Amino acid sequence: MKKIVNNPENVVDEMLEGIEAVHSHTLKRLPDSNVLVRNEAPVIGKVGLVSGGGSGHEPAHAGFVGENMLDAAVAGEVFTSPTPDQIFKAIKAVDSGNGVLLIVKNYSGDVMNFDMAAEMAEAEGIQTEQVIVKDDTAVAEEEDRRGVAGTIFVHKIVGTAVEEGLNLKEAVELARHTAGNVRSMGVSLKPSIVPASGKPGFTLEADEMEIGTGIHGEPGMERKPLKEANCIAEELLETVLDDLDVTAGEDVAVMTNGQGSTPLMELYIVHRKVAQLLEEKNIHLKHSMVGEYMTSLEMAGCSITVLRLDQTLESYLL
Amino acid sequence: MNLSVEDVKRWMHVSNQKIQENKEYLSELDQPIGDGDHGHNLGRGFEEVVKKIEREDYQEIGALMKDVAMTLISKVGGAAGPLYGTAFLKAADEWKGSPTITEELLIQGLEAAVEGLRTRGKADRGEKTLIDVWVPVLDYIQKNDVQPIELKEIAKEGMQSTNGMQAKKGRAAYFREASTAHIDPGAYSSYLLFEALYESVNIEEGAHD
Repeated sequence: MKKIVNNPENVVDEMLEGIEAVHSHTLKRLPDSNVLVRNEAPVIGKVGLVSGGGSGHEPAHAGFVGENMLDAAVAGEVFTSPTPDQIFKAIKAVDSGNGVLLIVKNYSGDVMNFDMAAEMAEAEGIQTEQVIVKDDTAVAEEEDRRGVAGTIFVHKIVGTAVEEGLNLKEAVELARHTAGNVRSMGVSLKPSIVPASGKPGFTLEADEMEIGTGIHGEPGMERKPLKEANCIAEELLETVLDDLDVTAGEDVAVMTNGQGSTPLMELYIVHRKVAQLLEEKNIHLKHSMVGEYMTSLEMAGCSITVLRLDQTLESYLL
Repeated sequence: MNLSVEDVKRWMHVSNQKIQENKEYLSELDQPIGDGDHGHNLGRGFEEVVKKIEREDYQEIGALMKDVAMTLISKVGGAAGPLYGTAFLKAADEWKGSPTITEELLIQGLEAAVEGLRTRGKADRGEKTLIDVWVPVLDYIQKNDVQPIELKEIAKEGMQSTNGMQAKKGRAAYFREASTAHIDPGAYSSYLLFEALYESVNIEEGAHD
């Protein structure tokens, strides 16, 4: 293992200290916690927005704390869901009496820990709702689909909407509507290494790629010889468009997301092809995002996320 | 088989020892079908459990088990934290105010724990989870005059039965057929807890001879 770390046991703590040092104008760390909250929290009159998950997916989720985005992000150990007491601290810190919406990626650990935190909050009289994002088309069963990069669209759209005054019930509906119209698909070229174990999560041959790998290295749909960028872009995009049933004439936003160690150059090459293919299909690409939004430590590869836009979603996104 | 506050404390101490001794093995079981941290996460939790209960003087089992549960919930994370936390918390409710766990209370506590596990994890038998250990153990104590060694054997059989099952729940389920040729790490750690229960009451029985 070759990493720039001190004691591997302290990576999350030291990372949070670093984020706080850099972004103290926007956010602060709650004492004795792994929770980063907006400086203004709780914002009076606004629904609170909380997300979180295991660490190792930076900038998710702490990087999305701020105006028109999250009020708080809770960081767990690397690739391990945060605990309910931590999530509960975040809920308490952002509730202004208008309730709190939890945006959860569909992983059993995350779902259970956020569930328990919601129960704790309800017991203290804080109204709490949860929306679970399941955008990974690599898993056939819809109920079992993982929450991946599409979650960021939910943060952004709902974040803007609650800033503009949506109440909790409306925010839940909008979050479900967004989650229902977003799908992702990834490809990985190289595994990530969890600092505490020091071992790669899986192995791939030098000339192999895996389609549909999860953000913790869970197996995807198939392994095959590495192809050129245009082929990869086409395969990922086609799968997502097909699953989302996007047709000619519709509007979409697309995120080409790097998984940790893939250069921006390669992401732009992929996105170039995505834009060309959409144009050929007469699907309108209204908004593009290219970069690292939901990473998997140093995993190499990318994911493509498509959000089908309607007037509502577009008005909050753009 | 009656358990006093001291017995339950010893059970938790032995559980911690077993988890620590098997930390690497539990994480190895988790490596091919998860992310290889089950032993590490549970080890961190049980170390804190032992520290917590050593500091306190308990008059009854409920408060002790509640501290065990809350510590696991706040220190373990992942799926194991809420699952074990819920199981112990539900049992703690049943044992509230009781200075001793009688066999009847043991049944009630385990029934509540299994119910909690099912609700929280939404898993059933045969899906390669810790349920495959807890449910046969519950069946056994509901239907028999409990012999600690038999209880341990039932837990062991349950644990072993997960080898060959295809995972249907949790991150392991994404491995589909590839998950089959392994013991479920959660089933193994659950077996360790029941083995610890057997050993902690056995030590006591020995001491009385």
